[in-house]
Amino acid sequence: MKISRREFAKTGFRVIIGAAVSSTIIESIVTNSIAAEVSPGGGYDWKEHLWGYVVDTRKCIGCGRCANACKLENHVPFDEPVYRTWVERYRVLKDGEVKIDSPNGSINGFEDDIPAEEIKKAFYVPKICNHCEIAPCVQVCPVGATYETEDGVVLVDYDYCIGCRYCIQGCPYGARYFNTEKRTADKCTWCYHRITKGLLPACVQACPVGARIFGDLKDPESEVNKILDKERINVLKPDLGTKPKVYYVGLDREVR
Amino acid sequence: MTEGLIWGFVYPNEVEIQWSVLIVLYPYITGLVAGAFIASSLYHVFGKEEIRPVARFALLTALSFLLVATMPLLTHLGHPERGIEIMFTPHLTSAMSGFGYIYSFYLVIVAVEIWLSFREDIVKMALNSSGWRELLYSGLALFSYDISEKALHEDEKIAKKLAIIGIPSAAFLHGYVGFIFGGIKANPWWSTPLMPIIFLMSAIVSGIALLILLYIASMKLRKHPIDHKCLESLAHYLWVFLILDVALELLEIVSMKYESLEEIDIINRLLSEKIAFTFYGVQLTLGILIPFVLLLVIGLLKNRDTLKMILISISSVCVLIGVFAMRWNVVIGGQEISKSLSGTLTYVPVFFHPEGVLPALVIMTLPFIILLVVTYILPPWKDMEEETTQMGSILKKKS
Repeated sequence: MKISRREFAKTGFRVIIGAAVSSTIIESIVTNSIAAEVSPGGGYDWKEHLWGYVVDTRKCIGCGRCANACKLENHVPFDEPVYRTWVERYRVLKDGEVKIDSPNGSINGFEDDIPAEEIKKAFYVPKICNHCEIAPCVQVCPVGATYETEDGVVLVDYDYCIGCRYCIQGCPYGARYFNTEKRTADKCTWCYHRITKGLLPACVQACPVGARIFGDLKDPESEVNKILDKERINVLKPDLGTKPKVYYVGLDREVR
Repeated sequence: MTEGLIWGFVYPNEVEIQWSVLIVLYPYITGLVAGAFIASSLYHVFGKEEIRPVARFALLTALSFLLVATMPLLTHLGHPERGIEIMFTPHLTSAMSGFGYIYSFYLVIVAVEIWLSFREDIVKMALNSSGWRELLYSGLALFSYDISEKALHEDEKIAKKLAIIGIPSAAFLHGYVGFIFGGIKANPWWSTPLMPIIFLMSAIVSGIALLILLYIASMKLRKHPIDHKCLESLAHYLWVFLILDVALELLEIVSMKYESLEEIDIINRLLSEKIAFTFYGVQLTLGILIPFVLLLVIGLLKNRDTLKMILISISSVCVLIGVFAMRWNVVIGGQEISKSLSGTLTYVPVFFHPEGVLPALVIMTLPFIILLVVTYILPPWKDMEEETTQMGSILKKKS
């Protein structure tokens, strides 16, 4: 096939234009799919922080004040089975059976429904969104409505979420729920409205025994870092490769 | 209310089952689409002449079901009006984000394939009609009336090429649906690389079974003899794909049980208590074992056309029910185990509910109505009937 110089130039020109146009379109699609790109403002620079959370299961007494405070602070409906944080109770019986429960997410505390002499050991495990470094919920969101902020918090853009609930399926920790009022997915924000103003998350503030510790992983002097440097810690379901940022002290093998 | 439906420990947020019977329909419908399309490709691509009577009808069936495939999804969304964002601002790491593109691409392929294979008929109808029908068919013909031998030959060549693209895209459309579930590492019942291929095989069997039933039904309605060669050929393919399907489904279960990872206790509980009936009873026995044996018997029978037809029909009904049960066992079964691996839940379908059984029934009825309309506009009966008519006249001449 013979191509004249003129035709060659024409085709070449078309190819270049085509490539430029399509790459702009792809780029705009990709950038649009990132829901939030700006810091919350108010003198807060999210590039200076990376938030982390420590749970000391040895301290938790299962009072459920954290779960209560969370629902109050974040207007999570009390009459629906939805929780941003909750406490689980593990009881290993003398016959080897493991009983796990979290009635109403522990908001009303726990009842002693098994005689103490039948129990070998028992402990409480507070649970909350792990704000995973490699968050499966962020990965599976088809429109990018769930995203990770620069300071390491996983949030939901309620004006963008289509309500497909794929993220709820994708979260291995059961940390997400469907907000029936907003008709979108919803979850713990580590009280983003508080932490960006220098306050603690409501659950941390409410804990009477200091079982929940919150702080900046970028600050070597933060309480969180001091514990991480000293204690033997674990995360939930480490085999799933989600790299949680909620670190547990004294985690039992029965806990998933 | 939910207390009695829960066994063991489930995470407090898991009490609500998120994906309802509508999400069971989604893979079921796309599976029927992919299966019907692949059945038509047996003729269009692989030149299996015996499938010819139903090849174009299969395309129309695929289109009718494809047109409703998005409905269960949109009905289920919390914000259906934002659904289109999946096309405009897809988040490309999500397995779900490709749906809009893959669906649209496939819709175009099916539509063009239908147009090419019906073009001759459309042009003839445009030329031989008047009034609004003329306008309709001229429009459908895109005001191009060239049906010379050469033009038709060109059509056929393009149609074949399109069908060749169509097979991988049908496979992709449905294999991809499998990946939506198979790629969820949080759920041990879903997370398996076999999921896409299992979905695909069950899609093919369900599509062929649907085609068989629709073919028999339409011939009975039109009071026309059935082309038994075509029917038996479809039954043969049904049998072959059924073997592949069951091999993969069993492989998944066997390797899960053999490897016995952390989640095996809850999987065993799921299989022995939650979905025992729908899995062992409906999916494997009614949906695979019974049709497998019946289709085997058909292969051995000689000259018992009516009996064979009845057995093929029964097999097809069994396969369709079985594949529905398979979708149910995946979508609902996967949600009936807690991700804490320490408890189970029970899904109770509601009838009158935006995500209940009633909308599911309505959505399942729509494709048949669409098919009725489409076959009225583009009758595929010519090739479904001519073979048997010819045979009939040959037989008459002989006698």
